[in-house]
Amino acid sequence: MFEGWLSIIVFLPAAAALVIALFLRDDARVRWFAIGATVLNLVLIVITYIGFDRAAGGVQMIDRYEDWIPVEGLRAEYLLGIDGLSAPMLLLTGLLSAVAAFASWRITHRVREYFIWLLVLQTAVLGVFTALDFLLFFIFWEIELIPMFMLISIWGSGRSQYSAMKFVIFTLAGSAFMLVGILALFLSTGVDTFAMVSIPAEGIVGIPEKVAGSDLLIPAGVIWFLLFAAFAVKMPLWPFHSWLPDAHTDAPTAVSIMLAGVLLKMGGYGLLRVSVGMFQETNGFKVQDVAWLLAVLAVISIIYGAIVTIRQTDLKRLIAFSSVSHMGFVVLGVSSIVGVGGKVTDAGLNGAALQMVTHGTITGLLFLTVGLVYDRAHTRYIPDLGGLAVRLPLIAVAMLIAGLASLGLPGLSGFVAEISVFLGTYEVWKWLTVIGAFGVVLAAGYILWMMQRTFFGPHNERFDDLEDANFLDMVPVVALVISIVAIGVYPKIVTEVFKVGISELVRI
Amino acid sequence: MQISEFAVWLIVLLPLGSFVVNGIVIRPFFPRNERVAGWLTILSLAVAFGLSIWAFTSVNSAHGPIEFGTHEWMSVSGLTLSIGILLDPLTSIMLVVVSGVSLMVQVYSQSYMKGDPSYIRFYAYMSLFTASMLGLVMARNIIQLFVFWELVGVSSYLLIGFWFTKPSAAAAAKKAFLVTRLGDFGFLIAILALFSQGNEMLDIPTLYALVGTIGTTTVSLIALGIFAGAVGKSAQFPLHTWLPDAMEGPTPVSALIHSATMVTAGVFLVARFFPVFEAADYTMEFVALIGAFTAVFAASMGLVAHDIKRVLAYSTISQLGYMMLILGLGGYVAAIFHLFTHAFFKALLFLGSGSVSHATGTFDMRYMGGLRKVMPWTFTLMVIGSLSLAGIFPLAGFWSKDEILAHATEVNLTIGWIAFSAGVVAAFMTAFYMFRVIWMTFGGEYRGGAEAEAAAIRAEGGEPPEVNGQPHLGESPWMMLAPMLVLAVLAVGAGFLANPPVDLGVIDKHEFGHFITENEAVFIDEHAVEEAGAAPTFNWNVALLSLTVAGAGIFLAYLMYGSKKVSAEGMATRARPVYTLLYRKYFMDELYEQWIVRRIFYGGIVRASDWFDRSLIDAANVKLGVWTGRVGRGLGQVQNGQMQVAGLAISVGVVASIAAFLVWGG
Repeated sequence: MFEGWLSIIVFLPAAAALVIALFLRDDARVRWFAIGATVLNLVLIVITYIGFDRAAGGVQMIDRYEDWIPVEGLRAEYLLGIDGLSAPMLLLTGLLSAVAAFASWRITHRVREYFIWLLVLQTAVLGVFTALDFLLFFIFWEIELIPMFMLISIWGSGRSQYSAMKFVIFTLAGSAFMLVGILALFLSTGVDTFAMVSIPAEGIVGIPEKVAGSDLLIPAGVIWFLLFAAFAVKMPLWPFHSWLPDAHTDAPTAVSIMLAGVLLKMGGYGLLRVSVGMFQETNGFKVQDVAWLLAVLAVISIIYGAIVTIRQTDLKRLIAFSSVSHMGFVVLGVSSIVGVGGKVTDAGLNGAALQMVTHGTITGLLFLTVGLVYDRAHTRYIPDLGGLAVRLPLIAVAMLIAGLASLGLPGLSGFVAEISVFLGTYEVWKWLTVIGAFGVVLAAGYILWMMQRTFFGPHNERFDDLEDANFLDMVPVVALVISIVAIGVYPKIVTEVFKVGISELVRI
Repeated sequence: MQISEFAVWLIVLLPLGSFVVNGIVIRPFFPRNERVAGWLTILSLAVAFGLSIWAFTSVNSAHGPIEFGTHEWMSVSGLTLSIGILLDPLTSIMLVVVSGVSLMVQVYSQSYMKGDPSYIRFYAYMSLFTASMLGLVMARNIIQLFVFWELVGVSSYLLIGFWFTKPSAAAAAKKAFLVTRLGDFGFLIAILALFSQGNEMLDIPTLYALVGTIGTTTVSLIALGIFAGAVGKSAQFPLHTWLPDAMEGPTPVSALIHSATMVTAGVFLVARFFPVFEAADYTMEFVALIGAFTAVFAASMGLVAHDIKRVLAYSTISQLGYMMLILGLGGYVAAIFHLFTHAFFKALLFLGSGSVSHATGTFDMRYMGGLRKVMPWTFTLMVIGSLSLAGIFPLAGFWSKDEILAHATEVNLTIGWIAFSAGVVAAFMTAFYMFRVIWMTFGGEYRGGAEAEAAAIRAEGGEPPEVNGQPHLGESPWMMLAPMLVLAVLAVGAGFLANPPVDLGVIDKHEFGHFITENEAVFIDEHAVEEAGAAPTFNWNVALLSLTVAGAGIFLAYLMYGSKKVSAEGMATRARPVYTLLYRKYFMDELYEQWIVRRIFYGGIVRASDWFDRSLIDAANVKLGVWTGRVGRGLGQVQNGQMQVAGLAISVGVVASIAAFLVWGG
């Protein structure tokens, strides 16, 4: 089947980039065209999301073209589709892509190239979340590196060359392992497919079903670790996180939004889709065997990340480290896959999935507001700030909402995800969950201290001339605030879809 | 007519709506119509108060909890979170107190906050604060309760830090949130432990029914966790340090924090989970001991504080200690009764202190004095509040405090006597510090107010604090006095819900106790009702003793601050170490902030982790990355040094060579 709908969504940004490259010269026009394209794509994605049939479940809106690589024996297909797991990720990507485009309207340096790379990046990420062929998934995963490298190194600040290179090297190292893992799976007797899921309507039997009971080329545990390495670097999980603060600090605002909001989620998505989805019935090794390792790494990430966050003096670096802590909650939720007495409650996995979406919107808003502060105060160094709320009340409110959401305030989206993770994991990993839950207290510490030092206190005369956010600045802010409040008050918007995907993922 | 579920929801939705309208409609778009914000808040609370009265009468005529269904909020397999309303006698009393006291405070604020540039923001936050507390007391599901519990915390953060340009206000706000969150961590663990006993346990009525099926160790853990949350919110030792600092917020905020919303939430929480505490081992005793200790400990710091709001803050902590100690002894009725009367006289006292500072521009009593002649109404009302708090017959505070002490004697155990002794000592201190306030503020001659304070601070080389508003020495406007008058009437009369009907033989229990124990889910039989102290016998010995110590406290205050026969300075000098210990708050702020947080945590753990991250993890990562990168470069056979090209080359190149291998090699 080839409905074409998802292909349009995935390649619309790339097509827009092509139009800019070929036809548009005027900076203002480029800007509005790019924003228009991402907003249009967001509308299409919202329609897709609403159109997703929760009752039917399974993979929907399939775009399949079998002879994509006309090579005998290489059963790689062009296969796009969404299920309950990827649909909300698609929504998140659409939202943050539009936000990132809006947040870029102050860019004046090499505007055309900038938007071209930003749009290409969006295509790559959308591809990752919709590709259901492992090789295609990998290609999208890799393509994303090129625009990221360009965006950080050309439009970044500080040691942008170093940070961009560091980002690329780390991801490449991870994906080198992933490629070996993918090929080892494919080359195993009895697998012989790149399909990441089974789609009965198309007659596709995916890897999760095929690996059940069959012996793999190399031990399943080795393959699992090869794949896991890529995801752990991407999320990032302690101790592979050290590329993240550098990349964030030196990236332009919109790129930080994309990086924290969407790119890290590729790691979490891979962890769920691949590490959990494919390795529950493999011979000789099951993901349940290493659930303890996931739990331990998760708790270290949460606590260690939070503690290091407290020490940071650069606003962006601070938020970057807080992401290490918050992505730890995703992994902690995933670690509940081992279940109690052979029975898995989906709460932890659902919480993990929800945490990805909520962290995306919350951190997106945090980086967005830090960008607004930086545009005005021209510094992100916290000791130089203070008293900004007097001149920048709107930005202060936006940052406060994002901060409160980040520390897990009920009524905002972070809480629902975190409480689901804790409830789902406590039965499985009692003490580790208790330690991990302390991350919530630490989060309150670094967020409120950051607010105090940045926005509160007496007005500083140096900031006399600062102007608060204008209408255009507020459009993406309001969009993210609405989504944070909406999920916080009525989480079913997302959980009703996720739970379909998660229940299909858990095979035991 | 029995109240409908929708009407109960409206009690929380109305002030919530007022928050939303004030915050995102009036403030950004109609900043000139600021009075509308105040009136909108008052109107929404007035209606909420009316509905609360309706809820109260409904529960009263139903003789017990009113059942409403639950609504699914979120559901995934293995976890369903529901919301609903639990309207039992405890809830209905709390609804009336919270909405009623808040309404009075909002009316007062119309005048008190007049002219503040952030008037609309003030009313937005106040609406949220009240709505959160109302939502908390009516929650049927423990997660739902936790949601509003945290919202109470964040609203208090916003209100304490209301004047955020003052560094002390910003610091106090953060401190309040962090210290209470430390307690909330315990509460969260309790919730997790409860959930591990079954999803249905999150529903409070179900929990009441099934609490007996949970193992004792687990129940004790759960009860301890819940109590940790209560200790944080109710500012009990050792998490009490945030409350005295919380006076950095506008005075109406303090009035609300200290009376009906926020700090009472902790006591409410223990009462709400009373069956859990009863099923647990040793936890009740622990609650009683913490409460008893806090009652005396906090009162002792109130003896020497110079700031009128700080004295009242220590008083609140101490009075909450009373409530906790009697809850720990099983005296459910006395605890809630004291919560009820305390809400009125403490709100009154705080509003009174606001009225005083309205006239003098300061809260420091050393620069007050002589205000009796200037503001006779405020003086009279403050004296009424103080008498009630000191527990003087026949004011409200007398009845409720006496019931606590009498109940403690009935628990004829060591712990009962410990609690009783603590209560008596604290009663003496309470009477003393309150009348110290009265004489220092209203007696003698006027000592100059804000100007004198500023001069004194400058003389010491400091920078005097900003004065909010324009102080003018005179009586406060009626808009401020009227709510105080209403609260004063209640501070006098609210106690008569207790004993007089017993004497008249109308009912066999006292009215309040009868009402609050008509709840079979919590008090399963007559015996349990009796245990909770629904029909306390009036104990003449206890009453005479407590009146004597209160009288002695007032007399001592008179000698030291009224007639000045005994020199307060002389006493402070003679007992210098004790005075310093009390004045410096037992050095607990230093212990927490300087030592634990700044030195051990920040200077030690955080610094070491940061060093570890930069010097070891990052360095190792970079080495690993470079090494892998070299391998990658070799693989891709591209040596032009451009990593992005290398990256693409690896991807495409490897895919292509594998394909080639499959086609030709395989």
